Amino acid sequence: MHNFDFAKPATIADAVAALQGDEAQPLGGGQTLIPTMKQRLAAPEVLVSLTHIPDMQGVCTNDAGQLCIGGATTHATVAREAASSFPGLAHLAAHIGDPAVRNRGTIGGSLANNDPSACYPAAALGTGATICTNLREITADDYFQGMFDTALDEGEIITEVRLPIPQAAHYEKFVQPASRFALTGVFVAKYQDHVRVAVTGASENGVFRWADAEAALSQSFASDAVADLSVDPDHMIHDLHASKEYRANLVKVGTMRSVKKAK
Amino acid sequence: MTSISLSVNGKSVSGDVEGRTLLSAFLRENLQLTGTHIGCDTSQCGACVVHVDGQAIKACTMLAAEADGADVRTIEGMENADGSLGVIQQAFQDHHGLQCGFCTPGMVMSAAALLKDNPNPTEGEIREYLEGNLCRCTGYHNIVKAIMAASGQDVSKIAAE
Repeated sequence: MHNFDFAKPATIADAVAALQGDEAQPLGGGQTLIPTMKQRLAAPEVLVSLTHIPDMQGVCTNDAGQLCIGGATTHATVAREAASSFPGLAHLAAHIGDPAVRNRGTIGGSLANNDPSACYPAAALGTGATICTNLREITADDYFQGMFDTALDEGEIITEVRLPIPQAAHYEKFVQPASRFALTGVFVAKYQDHVRVAVTGASENGVFRWADAEAALSQSFASDAVADLSVDPDHMIHDLHASKEYRANLVKVGTMRSVKKAK
Repeated sequence: MTSISLSVNGKSVSGDVEGRTLLSAFLRENLQLTGTHIGCDTSQCGACVVHVDGQAIKACTMLAAEADGADVRTIEGMENADGSLGVIQQAFQDHHGLQCGFCTPGMVMSAAALLKDNPNPTEGEIREYLEGNLCRCTGYHNIVKAIMAASGQDVSKIAAE
């Protein structure tokens, strides 16, 4: 790993200031960025840690029925603190990586990286979350812009994520056992008047909504409602772990299982 | 260089580290605590698991500078005050929970983290918790058995020796 200057700000304002340099990069829990830097695929000159900022920590609910999660909150904390208010999300957080990874990795780091096989993008898109940064609020539908690509500008950091709490939800993850990322994962969330379905791990364009399933499930929230639908395998990820056709089928299977398990 | 001060196994330590210095390197090279093993250096294998402020983390995937002010516990801090093996360590020995022993420090630290949160885990819960700790010798049976035994549960019905 190339060397860098390390900054550990205690406020969002100080973090934003430290990120002004050309080659400065924010550091969440580092569970992706540190391995990437070891491979010299990233070589920032300044690394700005976001995990010591109290204003970016913690989980709470607001009057609008949203679960508000500080950008630097670890997966382990979300798994623990969302268990009663939003069990579908707690289940997702409790199955990211492994226990040691969950004690470091953060929701903001996951969403900022937008790995096409990461779990949190499915929850953010599947709930229609609001991604709050130091500059603005971005709806999930506008935020995800393709594989490893987001609406974030240089030096912009995710301070909070607000997820509308559904009546019922589940995330069905078909695990790629070596990496523990999702080979394909489907997040289904049922709200009073609509259903959202978001898929990760499958598309070459990153996380996406499966509109046909959303329409069918909004009419009838039962796994049979999607039984006759199919997903076009074009533009699905095709690698040694699974073919595009296999992934397309997993989208449907994962959706059906999520509907059955939603709570 | 950044100066850091932290507690390691109950002792105050300090040192100068580069931005890129990993916690695993600081423990092994600055403090000579070589019980924390580097298996893969890619956060896959879990041989480097230590506790930072009571939580299991992979020391190869945390910067030493992030641990400034933290309370760190390593495998060297798992023995009893009189120098004898701690309960989990002794259970690994009693139940043959190791062969080459390379993964063992991480296994013991993960087991300690599990038992702190879940003092009476099922076999399934132990296996799931060890997802991030790889062992290439034992096939895991005796590791799981050792952890169950360390939690005070009857392991006579677990088949594999």
